Amino acid sequence: MSQGIDLQSSFVQLLVQLGLPPGAAKALWMPLPMTLILIAATVSIFVTVWLERKISAAAQQRIGPEYAGPLGTLQAAADGIKLLFKEDIVPAKADALLFTLGPAIVVIPVFLSYLIVPFGQNMVITDIGVGIFLWIALSSITPIGLLMSGYSSNNKYSLLGGLRAAAQSISYELPLALSVLAVVMMSNSLSTIDIVQQQSGYGILGWNVWRQPVGFLIFWIAALAECERLPFDLPEAEEELVAGYQTEYTGMKFGLFYVGSYVNLVLSSLIFAILYLGGWDFPIPIDWVAGALGVSETTPWLQVVFAALGIMMTVLKAYLLVFLAVLLRWTVPRVRIDQLLDLGWKFLLPVSLVNLLLTAALKITFPIAFGG
Amino acid sequence: MLGAIAFSLCKWGLIVFVLSGYEYFLVFLIICSLIPVLALTLASFLRPNREGAARRTTYESGMEPIGAAWIQFNIRYYMFALVFVIFDVETVFLYPWAVAFNQLGLLAFIEALIFIAILVVGLVYAWRKGALEWS
Repeated sequence: MSQGIDLQSSFVQLLVQLGLPPGAAKALWMPLPMTLILIAATVSIFVTVWLERKISAAAQQRIGPEYAGPLGTLQAAADGIKLLFKEDIVPAKADALLFTLGPAIVVIPVFLSYLIVPFGQNMVITDIGVGIFLWIALSSITPIGLLMSGYSSNNKYSLLGGLRAAAQSISYELPLALSVLAVVMMSNSLSTIDIVQQQSGYGILGWNVWRQPVGFLIFWIAALAECERLPFDLPEAEEELVAGYQTEYTGMKFGLFYVGSYVNLVLSSLIFAILYLGGWDFPIPIDWVAGALGVSETTPWLQVVFAALGIMMTVLKAYLLVFLAVLLRWTVPRVRIDQLLDLGWKFLLPVSLVNLLLTAALKITFPIAFGG
Repeated sequence: MLGAIAFSLCKWGLIVFVLSGYEYFLVFLIICSLIPVLALTLASFLRPNREGAARRTTYESGMEPIGAAWIQFNIRYYMFALVFVIFDVETVFLYPWAVAFNQLGLLAFIEALIFIAILVVGLVYAWRKGALEWS
């Protein structure tokens, strides 16, 4: 297994050679990957909104956005700029502080979760020990923001929407955490880098999808529910609750909810790709490719190419899942609130518990195949 | 006052920096917190600001709002929340077990089996008692 390129240590070494103390060099490095990731996350919103509108249009035999920019690619940017110019209305009866804090609390943890998303061997902001657990912890902060904005609006639709969002999110957090637990058990580590590394080596056959056939389905259903994507978009069900917790929001605060939900969708897809689709790993093992090309795996230019392809691979896998989510939106009807809770508590929770115990039992019986 | 704040910040900073990699978390947290602040500040320079009693009324499908939303009412998922707390704590307990499963072996598997079985009995009880019904 090659180490891959390590931009951080190269950068720090370069600055140390130029005469800077190592601490200062590291401090200079720190904001670089963070800004890059945040820019990428922001661009991903525009891409996802455009894709969603175009795919939805194709599913309904429409054309979709086409005037703003080539093929309508700038439509999302135009909508975003429009929201910036919109008046910010705080209802007279609302709790102004919570009303403003709500959208902020929804957005911050979603962006913060990008801390542990790896795009390559060393291409992660920080490889902390708790890794994937941090994502689970952060994803349960979002509903507090939703509840806050639903309550503070002092509007009946908002309140019901906020309460539903909280109920939905606590119901699907358990299957989500338990299906992640089964993956963690196979890789013996919470670190996202270790989880991907444990899947690499055998190409597409080594990915966790084959070892967690039930787990990945549970994860995907629960992730859609956590993102409030369409089969589970009850908190903002427009036919019954106007717009749920967003009813009273205007302008940029309304925009922040949308930013949060789209970034969350991309983030969940990325995490899915990391947990079950081998992250930056290629469908064909890279040492085979290197062997076929007749060069060593540690050749510098090959490493650069592989690192670039690895980033593309991660993003490609994630967008495949985004595509799937958009298709699901137009093929699966919305569930009722009691059906939603039944699915979460009476089906997914027992199944994910069984899946976890089955993984443990298989790990004891076949330690080699299950990361023993 | 400022000194006390600076001191506590330094103390917290030291705790964070002891664990390697977590200084990134702190910095990223600050940067991420700036996103909504910047977005709302930028919008506040650009947007119009008009006052009016009518535009600040609560929306209720075009009708005069009847009463406030801050009233006592039956939140149906109180029981769900109770069951959730139990199972969430269970999941947190299971994480270290799963990470160290390699070293623990068969005995830990049986122990976790008993642990989960006890909680499943609780789930079945809640189910039978109708705690998992929305209506």
